[in-house]
Amino acid sequence: MTGGGFLARNIAGFTQALESVVVTEDLCHAPGLMQGLDPRIKVVTLMLFIILVGLAQDFTLLIAIFILALLLVLLSKIPIALYLKRLLIFIPIFTAVIAIPALFITPGTPLLSIAGKAVITAQGAHTAGLLIMRVVDSLSLGLLLVFTTPWTKLLQALRWLRLPSLVVDILGMTYRYIYLLLHTANSMFLARQSRTIGGFSGTENRRWLGRALVTTMVKSQYLSEEVYLAMLSRGYQGEIHTLNELTLRRRDFIWMAFALAAISLMVWSIYL
Amino acid sequence: MHIPDGYLSPATCGAMYVVSAPFWYVAVQRVRKVLTHRTVPAMALFSAFIFILMMFNVPLPGGTTGHAVGGTLVAIVLGPWAAVLSISVVLAIQAVLFGDGGLTSLGANCFNMAVVLPVVGYFIYRVISGNSDVNSTRRLVGAIVGSYLGIIAASLVTGLELGIQPLLFHTADGTPLYAPYGLNVAIPAMTIGHLVIAGPVEAIVTGLVFFYLQKSHSALLSREASQKSEGKLWFVWAGALVVLAFATPLGLLASDTAWGEWGAVELKKALGYIPQGMTALSNLWHAPLPDYSVQGMGDVVGYIISALVGIAVIGFLLWLLGRWISRKNEIKKNRSSMGGSAG
Repeated sequence: MTGGGFLARNIAGFTQALESVVVTEDLCHAPGLMQGLDPRIKVVTLMLFIILVGLAQDFTLLIAIFILALLLVLLSKIPIALYLKRLLIFIPIFTAVIAIPALFITPGTPLLSIAGKAVITAQGAHTAGLLIMRVVDSLSLGLLLVFTTPWTKLLQALRWLRLPSLVVDILGMTYRYIYLLLHTANSMFLARQSRTIGGFSGTENRRWLGRALVTTMVKSQYLSEEVYLAMLSRGYQGEIHTLNELTLRRRDFIWMAFALAAISLMVWSIYL
Repeated sequence: MHIPDGYLSPATCGAMYVVSAPFWYVAVQRVRKVLTHRTVPAMALFSAFIFILMMFNVPLPGGTTGHAVGGTLVAIVLGPWAAVLSISVVLAIQAVLFGDGGLTSLGANCFNMAVVLPVVGYFIYRVISGNSDVNSTRRLVGAIVGSYLGIIAASLVTGLELGIQPLLFHTADGTPLYAPYGLNVAIPAMTIGHLVIAGPVEAIVTGLVFFYLQKSHSALLSREASQKSEGKLWFVWAGALVVLAFATPLGLLASDTAWGEWGAVELKKALGYIPQGMTALSNLWHAPLPDYSVQGMGDVVGYIISALVGIAVIGFLLWLLGRWISRKNEIKKNRSSMGGSAG
């Protein structure tokens, strides 16, 4: 095992995470359909759609939802390549691990046999298909929310949904400091890499990793104390106040009417 | 271990949110009581740290790599309630921003990784470490064993959640609607992977960090937050375990069909579907306490009793392990002090 590979892999991971957060933030401010909607309406309607995906039991409905999500992605000016990339990073891994064996393992009427031995059953294909479509749909709807709503707006919506303010405040600040700690960890690994010629043994790498983690932990502890003092000096008394108020506009009502109509229609199609 | 959307039925997802809710509530109350106004920055910074910890790519002996959760470590440093809260925060951010774990399955993921993992890990850590010194080997062993068993327990619960899906939710012809594998596949698939890879990663990371904390920042290991609850801890966690043991059969009851009916009708359907697995599993469950394999309510009572007996046996074994380590330490200490005086 080479030390360089281990360090590089970690640096790549941190950089990727930072990049994806930055890209997401940028997209949230693009002028698109979903970006212009009130976050509260968006959270509620998209969550309803995701629950609907969970309830759906046939392909037509799941495909209909996927087409709707795709349409919304296009209308919200989300680069289709980026959306597919995010979607497909996940799909192949899970398809291989979960869906493919299900094709063969699920007992039922044989549909197709490969090499005379392995038999794909109709039930297996149905199960695997349902699972794939459900994950694709839920992920598409989730991405739609994340790509069009800044984190702060999302938290405002959660606060409106009666999530305790303490939890909302923690979520907000955690997001803020993940950035900072990612940078800190990244610099630590870069510094290590810049001083490394050749490689280290696995044991040595693990030891260094342990020290790096403790350092990051202690740093975060000191920082939390400093942040607390900074908050106190700005008049913090246990409550964080925000200035911008959310207001509903006409397009919010139009979207809400459309979404609720679509959802009722789909629920009706499930139970009738 | 992050369950995505679409694997669990909406009913299970809802149930898991309900199961996690009281833990979140108590965690918020407890943490606020100890940290007061400091709660927000302290929890936020620590959650951010856990997020980073989960991103670290850990090289394993043998060439593979893995990621740790760090739940037991957090519980040791911050106390179990703060761990419940901060890991839940991290899981929520991972689900929303990175699509790591689903939104509907967030309740289930939080229960597995933010409740079961730190609670089991911390409990075992406390049992093994007893009243030993903060810098003792006994504590280090406690942290390592605790973190390993904590993540195994979490994977077991995850496997259970996934495994009951095809039993409870399928079409008339037996096609599973959600996660397709029964308990006979889901539980081994989850636990074996964790026994071999994720468990060791968790143990290595927790052990290393604990070791360096002992060496250079032992104040972090003996802070008031975790110290304060120490006296009541035995009762609190023993109580929680008993409640959980009693809730085991209730969990099956809550999902659509009643326990007795589920046994008679659904099992027959299931028998046509995964015969060996079901019989193997029922043998597995009834073998230690054969007297309780009576029908109907007897099963429920047997379930509870076997859960309690299991907990007692594991607790006793861990206590023995702790005693054994401290004995060894004492002998070592005596020897070295005697050697010192002789020299």
